[in-house]
Amino acid sequence: MAANTRTPSVARRRATRPELPARGIVSSHDRRRPSVRGSLGILQGGLLVALVVVGLGPILWLAKAAVTPTQETLRDPLGLFPTGVDWANLATAWTRAEIDHYFVNTLIVAVGAWFFQILVATTGGYVLSVLRPRYGNVIFGLVLATLFVPSVVLLVPLYLTILDLPIVHVSLLNTFWAVWLPMGASAFNVLLVKRFFDGLPREIFEAARVDGAGPFRLLWSIVLPMSKPILGVVSVFAVIAAWKDYLWPLLVLPDPAHQPLSVRLPAIAPYLELDVFLAALAISTVLPIALFLAFQRLFLSGAGLGGAVKG
Amino acid sequence: MTTISSPLRATAPAPPPPSPPRPHHSRRRTPRQWLRDGGLSTLIIACPMILVFGVFSWFPIGRALVMSVQETNLVTAPAFVGLDNFVFVLQDPLLGKAVTNTLWFALLALVFGYPLPLAAAVLMSEVRRMRGLFSALAYLPVVVPPVVAVLLWKFFYDPSDTGVFNTIAGWVGLGPYPWLQDATSAMPSLVLEATWAAAGGTVIIYLAALVGVRTELYEAAEVDGAGVWRKIWHVTLPQLRGVLFITLILQVIGTAQVFLEPFLFTGGGPNNATLTVLMLIYDYAFGSSLGGNYGAATALSLMLAGVLAVLSAVYFRVTRPWSS
Repeated sequence: MAANTRTPSVARRRATRPELPARGIVSSHDRRRPSVRGSLGILQGGLLVALVVVGLGPILWLAKAAVTPTQETLRDPLGLFPTGVDWANLATAWTRAEIDHYFVNTLIVAVGAWFFQILVATTGGYVLSVLRPRYGNVIFGLVLATLFVPSVVLLVPLYLTILDLPIVHVSLLNTFWAVWLPMGASAFNVLLVKRFFDGLPREIFEAARVDGAGPFRLLWSIVLPMSKPILGVVSVFAVIAAWKDYLWPLLVLPDPAHQPLSVRLPAIAPYLELDVFLAALAISTVLPIALFLAFQRLFLSGAGLGGAVKG
Repeated sequence: MTTISSPLRATAPAPPPPSPPRPHHSRRRTPRQWLRDGGLSTLIIACPMILVFGVFSWFPIGRALVMSVQETNLVTAPAFVGLDNFVFVLQDPLLGKAVTNTLWFALLALVFGYPLPLAAAVLMSEVRRMRGLFSALAYLPVVVPPVVAVLLWKFFYDPSDTGVFNTIAGWVGLGPYPWLQDATSAMPSLVLEATWAAAGGTVIIYLAALVGVRTELYEAAEVDGAGVWRKIWHVTLPQLRGVLFITLILQVIGTAQVFLEPFLFTGGGPNNATLTVLMLIYDYAFGSSLGGNYGAATALSLMLAGVLAVLSAVYFRVTRPWSS
């Protein structure tokens, strides 16, 4: 019973804890002094301007350049307003430069990588946290150990594994499986989901077992519906990571027909007119930025820190 | 059919005994008990994790160790060659260049990218209104796909006097600079872009840590007559030191494996000025001229991982007295 009541109360305390501390480095009393308020205002105003120029500036520039004719971008790269808006750039990039094709490839890569990351993380976390077989600790140790192996060690042997899978001797080269499956082996995801499952009230699992729910039913009808927050976190970061990935798809998808945007963009750059190329860059940036704006809280709360650090 | 499956039939419809909170048996279970306790379903559910990690993580890690002492060329069977791969890598005249370049990149990344996010985060933590806007703006570059960021900056770095950065430099009477085309300015140019792309993530980490700073200590410091700088130096920073130590080592580990920027900006040039360790690994394994030397590539990546492991171990040992 004690364990049952503890989890919600912790959650409630977290929810009601004010996000802002009552005071910061500068005391409320000092804040009222005009000189302090003035200098703080100037500093923060300066920071805001700097952040707008540095953070937003290049993205706005890209948006502008995407609809500006090449000659104008070259002649006056920092002109604020294009004299002639050339919307056709976007259409040309989308169709003639085949960005549509690579965009779909990127979506396929992202959706498949999302599926396998969710599949491995939820089933793995469920086995390690809820079912707890005897061999669970050994597997958990092995999964954790991979966190400490830098990805550079995997690069070559994983590539050779893709060329010739052990036992079945099949090559996954030029198939999306070659990107999807290795992305599923994310120890960070398994750890994140396991920790979340550890916090779920175990009494509910016991009650479900008594009512005759088997392990599959328990996972599908009880555990997963209770885990929407963590599934959301893993999903968003899985899609973003797949969208960003460059070196791995470059190695295992040498066929241009299969390549995602990140791999194609540098390759087609020399063959495109500048305005069309910049339009292609802009198109590739739209979806990640839309995801960021939609799930800002998730990104800014630091939920995906591990992902950020590993990326 | 009747004779074989009847014992199974007999047990199958029986409702599973309302098993008590799964006792941890100390004695060995028979396979049948294991089956009845749901051992098979557990194994089936564990399968995706075991298979995916087994084939795409544990197996390649083990294989890396084996490959580093083998000659692998995909044509003939791998042959044991002892430490030849390591010797080959250590005797490669490019290795010294790659190591110094990587160290130079890491050092520059620390100079550009370590103090700035901290200062920005401390200042942002004092913002009362629109703090969300500040952090969203700081984080925005992190969401831009890295390849897009590099290609965009490559255009910004155009060496002609109408290049974007050269135009800006021209406003204050400087330049035009060759940026990526010159051996001395190429690396700092790479680091500048890498810092732009990554700093937002660090800012968010610091902001999260700053929320946890105990504010009573500020009052105590004020009673002692401390000004803003002394409060930051004696109260804020000491409470952030755990996070500061971690971000430092993570940044070093990350920059030691830098690949995307040199690969896409300069291809390692000019004159190998931006050739990094990871680019050398790539060249050994997949490069057009060297290419196919998988043993050397694995040996070098193991050496890099070993150096990073030793570095982190020493780092944590040295900083432990201060970090908690």
